[in-house]
Amino acid sequence: MSLRSAKDPNYQKPLTRLIDSAAGPLDLKGHEAEGGYAALRKAIKELKPQDVQAKVKEANLRGRGGAGFPTGIKWSLIPMGSDAGAKYLVCNADEMEPGTFKDRLLMEQAPHQLVEAMAVAAYAIQAQTGYIFLRGEYVVAAERLNKAIAEARAAGLLGQNILGGPWSFELYVHTGAGRYICGEETALINSLEGRRANPRAKPPFPQIAGLWGRPTIVNNVETLSNVPHILLNGPTWFKELNQGKTSDAGTKMYGVSGRANRPGCWELPMGTTARELLEVHAGGMRGGKKLKAWLPGGASTDFLLPEHLDLPMDFDTIARAGSRMGTGLITVVAEDQSIVSAVRNLEEFFARESCGWCTPCRDGLPWTVKILRAIENGQGKTGDIEQLSKMTRWLGPGRTFCAHAPGAMEPLQSAIKYFRDEFEIGIVCDIDSAKPDVCILPAGLPDITTDRDLAQKKAS
Amino acid sequence: MSTDKVVKLADLNKPSFVLSDEERHEIEHALTHYPDGRAASIDALKAVQKRRGWVPDDAIPVIAAAIGISAADLEGVATFYSLIFRRPVGRHVIKVCDSISCHLTGYDELRDELEKQLGIRYGQTTKDGRYTLLPICCLGACDRGATMMIDDDLHGPVEPKDVAGILGSYS
Repeated sequence: MSLRSAKDPNYQKPLTRLIDSAAGPLDLKGHEAEGGYAALRKAIKELKPQDVQAKVKEANLRGRGGAGFPTGIKWSLIPMGSDAGAKYLVCNADEMEPGTFKDRLLMEQAPHQLVEAMAVAAYAIQAQTGYIFLRGEYVVAAERLNKAIAEARAAGLLGQNILGGPWSFELYVHTGAGRYICGEETALINSLEGRRANPRAKPPFPQIAGLWGRPTIVNNVETLSNVPHILLNGPTWFKELNQGKTSDAGTKMYGVSGRANRPGCWELPMGTTARELLEVHAGGMRGGKKLKAWLPGGASTDFLLPEHLDLPMDFDTIARAGSRMGTGLITVVAEDQSIVSAVRNLEEFFARESCGWCTPCRDGLPWTVKILRAIENGQGKTGDIEQLSKMTRWLGPGRTFCAHAPGAMEPLQSAIKYFRDEFEIGIVCDIDSAKPDVCILPAGLPDITTDRDLAQKKAS
Repeated sequence: MSTDKVVKLADLNKPSFVLSDEERHEIEHALTHYPDGRAASIDALKAVQKRRGWVPDDAIPVIAAAIGISAADLEGVATFYSLIFRRPVGRHVIKVCDSISCHLTGYDELRDELEKQLGIRYGQTTKDGRYTLLPICCLGACDRGATMMIDDDLHGPVEPKDVAGILGSYS
C-alpha cells in the first residue's frame, strides 16, 4: 500500500497531504496508518489542556473563517478549572460566503482530520460536547463526517473516557436549513439552539456565555484542521510553512473562481500572491481577457485591482491595501464584465440574506439594490452615486447590529472608488427641482424597467 | 392557516396531522443530541420535510409538541429558514446558485434556459408537479460555476445546452 503522505514527504501541505479526490476520503484505519489521531493520543497522554492551548497560541494560528483572529487568544478567554462546568466547541462549517469553496473540500475529502481536530481542540478547552454546524446543502460532507464520527466513537477516540483517560467528549453534526447569517458566530449559536438566526449582542462574548449560556468556542473548519498538525510538528514548523513569504503563519487554502481558465482551490504557503494564484495555479484569465478587478476573499471584501496582484495574500497586507483577505479564495472579474452588474449581484445577495433584525441592514440593503438596478439599466438619477456613498457610511461599521451590512458595503465602496465612471454611465436622468421625486428621462430612451426586460429587448 | 376557514375550538386540540413512526423516531433521535429540545427544531422540521416534501401548517403544532416548545416558537423558526418549505413543492427542487462566481460564469443564461424549458419562474412549480425552481446562495462549488443543485445532487459547470439532459434525468 502506497502511503498518501509520500507525495508530501516534508510535510509542507498538512491540510491536504492526505487528500486524493479521485480515491475519496480515508477511513479510520487508513487515516491512522497515515499518522491520524496521533495528535489526539499525544494530547491526552502527554499534554495538559493548557499546554495544547499554549502551542496553538505560539504557532500564531489565525482564524481562517475570514476575520483572522488569533485562535490561541480566543481559546485563552475560556474559563478553565474543574468548576468551569459545561463547555462547548462548535465548528463553523456553514460555508456560504460567495466565492468560497475550501471547507467543502476539507470536509468531504478529509473528514477524519476535522474529527480529530475537534477532539484535540475540545481537549484543549476541556469541552465535553462539540457540534459541527454544517450547512444543509453539504450532503456529501454530512454523510462522510457522520461516518467518521461513528468510526472514531467505535474505536474509543470519541465518547466516554477517551483513550482510557478521565476526559469524555461527544461530537455531533448539526445540519442547517439555509440563511447565510448562520455563519455569523452568535447567529450560529442562536440557530444551533433552534432559534431564528439573529445575531446576539456582544459582550458577553461566546467564550463566556455562548451556547445555552455556557462558555463556547466557535472555530472555522480550516482553522481547526490545522490544530493536530501544530501539535505533532510544533509551533516553529507551523510558522515556517509560509516559506518566509509573510509574517502570518502556516499554509492557507487559497482559490480562484470567476472567469479563470482553471478555477480551483489549493493549499499553499501563507503569503502566496494573488498573481501566482491566478496566473500559475488557475492558468490565467479565460479567453485571454485582461483582469479588471478581484475580490480577495469573498463577497464581503473590497475589490482590488490588477496592480495589487503582487501583494502577499495575508491578513495584514491585504488590510493595508484597503481590503480584507477574508476567506482567501479570490473571485476575478474580466475586463469585459460590468462592475455595476457584479455589485448589484453582490448587494442582492446581502439584501436577501439580511436577517431583518436591525433597520439599517433590513431596509438599507434593498434600497441599495434598487439604486444599483436603476444604474445598471441606465435609469440612474443624478445624486444616486452620492446616495450609494452615503449608504456605505450609514450601513458601515458601528451603525448596524452585526457585521453583515458593513461587509456588504465593502465591495460597493471599493467599486465606486475604482470604477466611478461605470456608475456614471448609468446616470441618465435629470431632476426638476420643483418635482424632486420625478425622474425626467431624456427623449428617445426606451421604456426599460428591469434588467431582464433590458436583456429581452437586446435579444429581440 | 387560511383565515377564511371556520375553525371549531375543539378541532384546535385535534390536529389532523400525525407524525409517522419513522418521523417520530428521527425526531426522538435528534433530541438526544442536545440538552434542550428546542435545538432539535430544524432536525424535526427536516425529518417531516424529507418524507413529505414540505412542512404543512397543521404539522407545526404536532412537531412543536414532539420537541416540547410552543407552536408559535416553531412557526418562527420554520418561516425563517429558506430551506424549510411551507408550501408544496414539486418532486424535484432545483436550486440555482445566483451568487457572484456563478454570476460571472453564466448564471443569467442558465436561469433563462431553466425558466424557458420549465415555463416557470422562481418560487413556482411546474403544472405536472415535477419541478420547483428556486434561487440559492453560493453553493460552495465556485470552481464549477455556473452551478445548481437538484434535490441532493450538485451540477456544474452547467451550460444552457446541458439543461435538457440534466432535467430529463429527474422523473
